[in-house]
Amino acid sequence: MKRIALLGMPNTGKSTFFNRITGASSRTGNWPGVTVDLLGAKILLGGAMVEIVDLPGIYDLHGFSDDEQVVRHFLENNSVDQVLIVLNTSQIERQLSLVLQVKQLGLPAILLLNMADEAKKFGITVDPGKMSEMLGLPVVLLSAKYGTGYQNAYQLLGRMLEKSAPVRLDHLKELLSQDDRVEFEMDRVLKSTVQVPAQLSDNLTSRLDRILLHPWLGLPLFFLVMYLTFQAIFLFGKPLQDGVTWILDTFRHAALEPFFAHFPSVLKGLLLDGIYNGVGTVATFVPIIILFFLFMAIIEDTGYLSRAAFLMDALMSRLGLDGRSFVMLLMGFGCNVPALMGTRVMRTRSLRLLTMLVIPFSLCSARLQVFIFITAAIFSPKAAPLVLFSLYLFSFATALLTAVLFKKQYASSEPFILEVPPYRFPTLRQMLLRGWHEVRHFLNRASKFIVAGVVLVWLLTHFPTDVPPASAHTLAGMIGSAFSPLLDPIGINQQLAIALIFGFVAKEIVIGSLAVIYGMQGQGLMALMAHQLDWVQAYSFMLFTLIYTPCLSTIATLRSESKSNAFMLLSIIWSLGLAWLISFVFYQGARALGY
Amino acid sequence: MAIVKLSTLAAGESGVIAALHAEDELYHRLAAMGFRIGKRVEILRLGRFSGPLHLRIGATDLMLRRSDANKIDVTAE
Repeated sequence: MKRIALLGMPNTGKSTFFNRITGASSRTGNWPGVTVDLLGAKILLGGAMVEIVDLPGIYDLHGFSDDEQVVRHFLENNSVDQVLIVLNTSQIERQLSLVLQVKQLGLPAILLLNMADEAKKFGITVDPGKMSEMLGLPVVLLSAKYGTGYQNAYQLLGRMLEKSAPVRLDHLKELLSQDDRVEFEMDRVLKSTVQVPAQLSDNLTSRLDRILLHPWLGLPLFFLVMYLTFQAIFLFGKPLQDGVTWILDTFRHAALEPFFAHFPSVLKGLLLDGIYNGVGTVATFVPIIILFFLFMAIIEDTGYLSRAAFLMDALMSRLGLDGRSFVMLLMGFGCNVPALMGTRVMRTRSLRLLTMLVIPFSLCSARLQVFIFITAAIFSPKAAPLVLFSLYLFSFATALLTAVLFKKQYASSEPFILEVPPYRFPTLRQMLLRGWHEVRHFLNRASKFIVAGVVLVWLLTHFPTDVPPASAHTLAGMIGSAFSPLLDPIGINQQLAIALIFGFVAKEIVIGSLAVIYGMQGQGLMALMAHQLDWVQAYSFMLFTLIYTPCLSTIATLRSESKSNAFMLLSIIWSLGLAWLISFVFYQGARALGY
Repeated sequence: MAIVKLSTLAAGESGVIAALHAEDELYHRLAAMGFRIGKRVEILRLGRFSGPLHLRIGATDLMLRRSDANKIDVTAE
């Protein structure tokens, strides 16, 4: 099968192009010589199946970052039939260097000048015919976002592949020695093919930046945007969630209970109270998760996150971090795992490690569903959003505290240079595709853990069978009492203790396991929990859930990204210790004050 | 026309790059972002609390810390 590699600088719309050409069929996979997973897909092109691989965005083929090494190792260990280079047309003045480097390597390449629509708005014009002639490779103007020029690119790719032959490189770095030559070539090509206005027009981006990056208003506006986003997720998500709960309840009463009426009670219990209740309770959160990812994708795609990095860098630099660490922290609010992987853009190991130590404190979507459930059960509808917001503040506070305490151990002086892309509003198609990718990833990960988790919880709470379920004499009860000297002082009872133990595997299981432990779901479970727990206990439980180790996937990622068991252990022990300490101070403090 | 450090320019001012005193790694990053001798840089704004510089070079907007901007000499315009 022929293989196409997609190459380009960051912020060029390379992924948008990849999504457009592959639809929603992409999968992550392993490649020889490369230690990280790359996104790839098999597509039908010109009557034959071809494989297309999305390489990480890089500035330079002989740079120092992990991503640049990944690209080099990929090209040294895998043959490639065709390289597609995606550039941002507005920035062709500097991005052309990457094309000339690929040309030096002798790889068969097609140049896609993306964001042609945006370049036109800036008054930048390119002569693709002339450029193609001078570079000796096909050049296509394109807008991956709106799809213009896409058919051209697609057909051209098909024609080029017909006559292509696989190329594999050895000692890539040695082929790339003449920087001066690249600069000379670049000037020559640019002079005769590209026209850039002397002064970029005062456009929408500058006007928006004057408000959003305002010296005094910038930060308050940023927190307002974040607060409103979470409010909106609640506002739109709650009715959807109630709807799903109603459907699941009705289905159970109308169809499942009559159907399973004559099954042995153990099997019926496992299927209905175990799997159906457990999985069903988690399923009610899917609408909220979808909304969360949709909103975060919009904020990310508009370019607002790099403004957040600008606004926060002054603070972050005092914590030994930088603006990128802050952006990764925000990405962690979706899921910690991709955020940890995103730290690869940092070159200094100490800065990377400090950022990775901080990211697990980000309140991820899996923890969010636990908090939404418990706040809805224990707090009034008016107080619930405030409680949730306070947990986000705790999330930031613990992250910042960790950075301050560990910044001496992980000191670095890495230069901080980050692009500030123009504001872009994603198209509806982009938003939906992006949201779908995130949700699919979440469901893949969650479904594996959830079914196994709830079955295990059900078994622990129902064996031995001659005692009342979830009572002190079941396996779960015994585990709960073993931990009680440690958990009683922070107000966590035996039932919650079981949920916490399973939460170590994945937070997605916590609510599902509570449903199994209490033998109820939805409104019934909420009412029972409200009866058994007061708000101080509930808040202490949420604090502990927020701060202790997020999940096994995060731990595995911490290990694979840091390549250090000691670092992974440090992260686990520190977060468990901090979680206990903060819950202890809160619980005992609140009780001492008479709550 | 005086040669000054990029970090001493105020918002709205601009200069032409005269020298890059950057070590290997920073030099590479700067080159990839379009920093070369003779290129014009414009300061769009300065971050609060000695935050980073928001600047424009060619058609690229980017942010750069003051400590790194210290290593770039410009001819003030």
